[in-house]
Amino acid sequence: MSEAALTETEDILLEGTRGVVTDFSADKQTFHMPWGKAMMWFFLLSDTFIFGVFLISYMTVRMSIRDAWPIPSEVFALSFGGEPIPLILIAIMTFILISSSGTMAMAVNMGYRGDRNKAFWLMIATATFGAMFVGMQVFEWTKLIVEEGVRAWSNPMGAPQFGALFFMITGFHGLHVSAGVIYLIVIARRVKNGFYERTRGNYEMVEIVGLYWHFVDLVWVFIFAFFYLW
Amino acid sequence: MAQETEQQHPISIYFWIWGLLFVLSFFSYMVDYINFQGPIRWSLILLFMFLKAGFIVSIFMHMSWERLAFKFVILGPPIALCIFIVLMGFEADYTFLTRITFFGEGATLPMHH
Repeated sequence: MSEAALTETEDILLEGTRGVVTDFSADKQTFHMPWGKAMMWFFLLSDTFIFGVFLISYMTVRMSIRDAWPIPSEVFALSFGGEPIPLILIAIMTFILISSSGTMAMAVNMGYRGDRNKAFWLMIATATFGAMFVGMQVFEWTKLIVEEGVRAWSNPMGAPQFGALFFMITGFHGLHVSAGVIYLIVIARRVKNGFYERTRGNYEMVEIVGLYWHFVDLVWVFIFAFFYLW
Repeated sequence: MAQETEQQHPISIYFWIWGLLFVLSFFSYMVDYINFQGPIRWSLILLFMFLKAGFIVSIFMHMSWERLAFKFVILGPPIALCIFIVLMGFEADYTFLTRITFFGEGATLPMHH
């Protein structure tokens, strides 16, 4: 009996599905990737749940209370001697983090090309952007705590839960960015010293750091959308 | 036997996606600047957010070049999270409604004898 030839889409789907079956039924190793990379992905998955529950609790609180929620574009506006520009600091912070994602992606690429020097400097650039981001977040916190009187239990602008959620979510994120900056500097120095040349012969480590850093940017995309814009 | 997946791609694709991320971020910011309100605001916020997240995961984090089994393992659990979000949405709505009904102005608290 002759079968009609498979379309290209069907062919890809069939091959992909067969691949899933062979991967999961393999006797030695399921995921055909270096264990360090797989483990970073699994850590990021767990971190997704951490930030996920924080954002979901933010949603639940905001939906279930009767108090008005402070309007983010007013709370986070800055004025440079004139009219307050809504969310300008947040826009700059987003710009900086996206720039850092770009330099990180380039660093990974340079790592695989074996260009140690460029990979080093691009990782340092990424870390610098990250440090700038944290500095701006610190400025934001200081302004809210000192000038606006926002506390974890009350604030003059609306719902008393605002402070607790804001500081918890942005605090956890800022902590992740700070840890990432340190991580980047440590691995960048190792790249420069030829550590990975001697011990592994490849620059997968740069890619693994890259995964962590892109995750940090990813979390900010969600925080930016749900906390500052919504 | 560990199989090294080819992770080198032309660097141009990263530049394109990088530029796209800036553009999408600008659009996200404009949603607030133009001061859209209501459903159009939320759908645009969500649209740009998911586009940005999608590009970061698939291109910057190389997910689109990983094997399908791995894609399932990593992207599956966040689907469960989405279901959780829907459930908590119902829960929060219910909490709000009961607060209005029983603790709002003019509401009579239920008496248990």
